[in-house]
Amino acid sequence: MHSPQHPRHSPDSAPHRLPAAAKFLLAMAVIAFSLFCPRGHFGYLLIPAAALLFMALPSRIRPWVLLKRLVLYEYFVLGAGIMVLFQPDGPMRLSVLLARCTLCLLAMILFTHSTPFGDILRLFGQLRMPRLLVTTLALMHRYIFVLSDETSRMRRARAARTFSPRRRLAWRTLSTIIGQLFIRASDRAQRIYEAMRARGWEGLP
Amino acid sequence: MHIPDGFLDAKTAIATGVLSFAGLGFALREARRTLPPGKIPLLGLSAAFVFAAQMLNFPVAGGTSGHMVGGVLVAALLGPSAGVIVLSSVLIVQCFMFADGGITALGANILNMGIMGAVVGWMIYALLSRFIPGLFGRIVAAVVAAWISTVLAAILCAGELAASGTVPWGIAFPAMAGIHMLIGIGEGVITALVLASIGATRPELLLRPASAEVPSARPYRSILVFGFIAAMGLALFVSPFACPWPDGLDKAAETLGFKDKEAEQRAIPAPVTDYKMPGIGSDAVATSIAGAVGTVVVFGGAWLLARSLVPKAKTANVESEPPST
Repeated sequence: MHSPQHPRHSPDSAPHRLPAAAKFLLAMAVIAFSLFCPRGHFGYLLIPAAALLFMALPSRIRPWVLLKRLVLYEYFVLGAGIMVLFQPDGPMRLSVLLARCTLCLLAMILFTHSTPFGDILRLFGQLRMPRLLVTTLALMHRYIFVLSDETSRMRRARAARTFSPRRRLAWRTLSTIIGQLFIRASDRAQRIYEAMRARGWEGLP
Repeated sequence: MHIPDGFLDAKTAIATGVLSFAGLGFALREARRTLPPGKIPLLGLSAAFVFAAQMLNFPVAGGTSGHMVGGVLVAALLGPSAGVIVLSSVLIVQCFMFADGGITALGANILNMGIMGAVVGWMIYALLSRFIPGLFGRIVAAVVAAWISTVLAAILCAGELAASGTVPWGIAFPAMAGIHMLIGIGEGVITALVLASIGATRPELLLRPASAEVPSARPYRSILVFGFIAAMGLALFVSPFACPWPDGLDKAAETLGFKDKEAEQRAIPAPVTDYKMPGIGSDAVATSIAGAVGTVVVFGGAWLLARSLVPKAKTANVESEPPST
């Protein structure tokens, strides 16, 4: 699974070393500016665009990677864009919407690509997010790649053992994989709990 | 259905943010109170499970594919409060780790998928599985609950888009509800198949009293609070459009201060809002009737699906070993 957050992937650059809070504020500022800029004044959108470019250049994220993620998440924008087009000034509205969404998406993609999720979790903790939620997010972060790898392993094992299945069977086997995945996840949760207890964990404070 | 940044205006973003903040806060408090400490790691693992399960693509007709959302599945397996925490965690991680779903739309996404999609689904599931016993009843209930909650979440999403002035209700409602009536069938079938496979291998995970939470801990409180939040969402974002009083919406627009947008629309020679009104009405009525008929059809289909799944699951248990991978 390819992700900037994968533990194996840890680039280093000036934006990567900035504190997470600063980068978060910057991303929020860019998003707020793009959302609240008056409609029909495309010139204003150049300001957040310039800020993004200023952050993107030293971060050494390849433009191709950025573009790929942008296209991946632009599906909703395009899907809803078709609905927007049915209005009287559709093309104008759609172009404004596309420009705004692209800027916001770029801001969040840059933020998530240059900030390890562990730093974001620490930021959540400093912002006094409830401990239970932070613990859940931290455990999710720890096991997201483990379970994703497990899923692709199970899928590969199934593909190796069966011939090309019919569609109805494909749904059943895929659902069985999901069922197994939940069973394994809940067994693993039990083992994690025992390990936490063994290390002296006594519930949330 | 992840709404990105740029689709919601400030008032919608704030209103949905407040509602989902209240819902998530209540879920966290309930979980602290009722969830045994041994189940706390299960929340994080279930969130990772939902994320991993969403990676599996199910082939649909014509070379397209879709994936499970898993809201009702998680709520059915873990209970409503744990379900809200798990699904909110998934949405938060998708937003902050993968930039999927906007940060200003995070509240709306939690409200649509976490509270409307999962908790309302769980209510329907809990109610139906009370009347129809056993694994069979749980599968029927899960299919119906997954379908209804998928459609409801889509309707709420359409309402939010319309309230933001991004897409008019007359277009958003039939489009979103129509598409999700089909998507909901897939979600229901997958939920049923997964529940059947869990029920075949590890029935004790499924046939507990419908939740991981301590059953004695005043279940009506969570039904009341989550039901209230879901109803508030519908009342704020759907009822202004569904009611036959356009004045109410105009008034709301005026008081909430997006009159300039209104003025912008009025400047166009033939204001869509006025001449399309009868069309919008009949479209909405047609979609509502389709929804009612769809519910009955889905219930019948769920019954047949559960019938074909449950005996098979039982014989598979006796004849051959359950699939180990």
